[in-house]
Amino acid sequence: MNLFKIGWKYLTFRPLSTGLNVFLLALGLAIITVLLLIQDQFEKKMNQDAAGIDLVVGAKGSPLQLILSSVYHIDFPTGNIKMEEAQRLSKNRLVKKVIPLALGDNFQGYRIVGTNHDYLELYGVSFTSGNPWAVPFEVVIGSEVAAKSGLKLGDEFTSSHGISVGSHDHDLHNFVVSGILSPRGNVVDRLILTSIESVWYTHDEGESAPEETSIDSLASKEPTIDHQADTTALGETDHEAKFHLPVAKTGFPISDQEREVTTVLLQFRNPMAAIQLPRMINSGTSMQAASPSFEMSRLFELLGVGISLLQGLAIVLILVAGLGIFIALYNSLKERKYDLAILRAIGASRMQLLTLIFLEGLMLTFVGAVLGIGLGHSFLWLLVGVSEQNIVSSIQPWIFLKQELWIVAYALGVGVVASIIPAWSAYQTSIAKQLTKA
Amino acid sequence: MLLEANSLKYAHSGQKVMTFPDVKLDAGEALLILGKSGSGKTTLLNILAGLLAPIQGEVILDGVKLTSLQGQKLDMFRGKNIGIVFQKPHLVAALPVRQNLELVHFFSKKKGQDIDQLLTELGIHHKAKSSVLTLSEGEAQRVSIARALANSPKLILADEPTSSLDDENTENVIQLLKVQAAKIGAALVIVTHDHRVKNQVSNYIEVKSA
Repeated sequence: MNLFKIGWKYLTFRPLSTGLNVFLLALGLAIITVLLLIQDQFEKKMNQDAAGIDLVVGAKGSPLQLILSSVYHIDFPTGNIKMEEAQRLSKNRLVKKVIPLALGDNFQGYRIVGTNHDYLELYGVSFTSGNPWAVPFEVVIGSEVAAKSGLKLGDEFTSSHGISVGSHDHDLHNFVVSGILSPRGNVVDRLILTSIESVWYTHDEGESAPEETSIDSLASKEPTIDHQADTTALGETDHEAKFHLPVAKTGFPISDQEREVTTVLLQFRNPMAAIQLPRMINSGTSMQAASPSFEMSRLFELLGVGISLLQGLAIVLILVAGLGIFIALYNSLKERKYDLAILRAIGASRMQLLTLIFLEGLMLTFVGAVLGIGLGHSFLWLLVGVSEQNIVSSIQPWIFLKQELWIVAYALGVGVVASIIPAWSAYQTSIAKQLTKA
Repeated sequence: MLLEANSLKYAHSGQKVMTFPDVKLDAGEALLILGKSGSGKTTLLNILAGLLAPIQGEVILDGVKLTSLQGQKLDMFRGKNIGIVFQKPHLVAALPVRQNLELVHFFSKKKGQDIDQLLTELGIHHKAKSSVLTLSEGEAQRVSIARALANSPKLILADEPTSSLDDENTENVIQLLKVQAAKIGAALVIVTHDHRVKNQVSNYIEVKSA
């Protein structure tokens, strides 16, 4: 027998009232937990995914949409830009590096991103198995894609047009998995990466099959395969041949056609570029430039209203729970004055009774806090479970943050505050008066 | 002398000062405190228990001046040396029978009597794990007696322990108190206006309202 046990017995003696208060408190704390987790992971993820990207250049439209579609791969792209124009931009002295992206297809809802090996480097990927793509139609798939679709090294699949499931299939040429990435916890996990050439060729076939005669003689520029130089005239075989040529590993792919890319990820050479480049691009070209950090802070500003609303609701819930705990303790105290007097009569000191009431408040709120945190994580887990491929699905529901300890501390604070008056009144109880009141 | 109370006086707020007769009691003896309702006999009991502080006079139990103890020391002394049977059982409803007695051991920080044995002697061992809400009045009263005995006190105080009991139970309860008090060598003080009790305990003092 000890004070903990006695307090616990008193709490469980009134399961309904105790349960209601614990539940109310837990609900409030669960909301706070969810907000905390989402905010923390979202911001981390957002920053992580945008790391190393100073500017995104794409077709004119909403700058936020441009960022969302080409950095986080969640919204639709704004359109395409001429590769020539992008190439011209990349030669600007303020530009350190550009990574072109060609978007527009998907496999089972996972986006196929045509790019070069710089993109792999940007996100510092490592391979679970296989290698980066070397020829057209070879793809590298992210860990989540591999896990959910069941694709393995060497497997083939056809892509669908558009960036969501259900559009028509490009079934003329299959993609082949050449590499699988290890999980990084960033956007790459959800992507299928390939060369820009792959994306081009997929669409060439879909739109105009006989185009093969006009296909590039880029082979001549590839030093390793100079025998290809005279295959241009071979017609039929040329069509096959270009599929086996190595693709561009860095910079833009070479093409003699007028080609398009979707966006260009850009790194500044110096801080000066941050001031000059966006203005230059937005006013001097048909493209638009958007800064990921600026657009994301704008987005968070927009979401901020909703977040503060939820926070407000959570605080109200916690206050109501605190009030509930206070009323429950205070009411039960009225009935318990006899009990307290008896405890004093058999040797309990005033301090022990004070401690007992505080302990009850603390136990109640501690259970509430633990339940609330558990509820918050479970709720997030459910949320992640139902949202398949958007950004929410990459949130880890079972990561525990240090701030959650603050939730516990906060809850215990509520417990202490709610117990002050009941505990004091227990401290003041006169035994003789209570016991003779019959 | 185990228990001595000399020239005690007490005044409830806004009321006349009450003067109480002196009490002298040896270990193993029993004493009745008689008086009409409102005469202040429960007040005297509370003073003897250290639950109320008299405005004058002293209570000495086993050589310790109870009336000069205060706060936690007084609570502790009471817990170790005095067992009280209240007019109503006042058991802690949240705890089963056995744990109601364990409370005594915890708060008095004293091993006291073996709880199972005590329950057996009082004939309520089969109820040890039951909720106190399921007890009959007689059973509840016996549990409250067991609670008063659990710390092997030197002084047992009983406040109208029989007021709500029938003749048979009354005799049993008083008999039980006497036997148990004698067994552990405690002094027994019973406050009552119940004439049925007088037949069993001869030694008494009377409290008269002045």
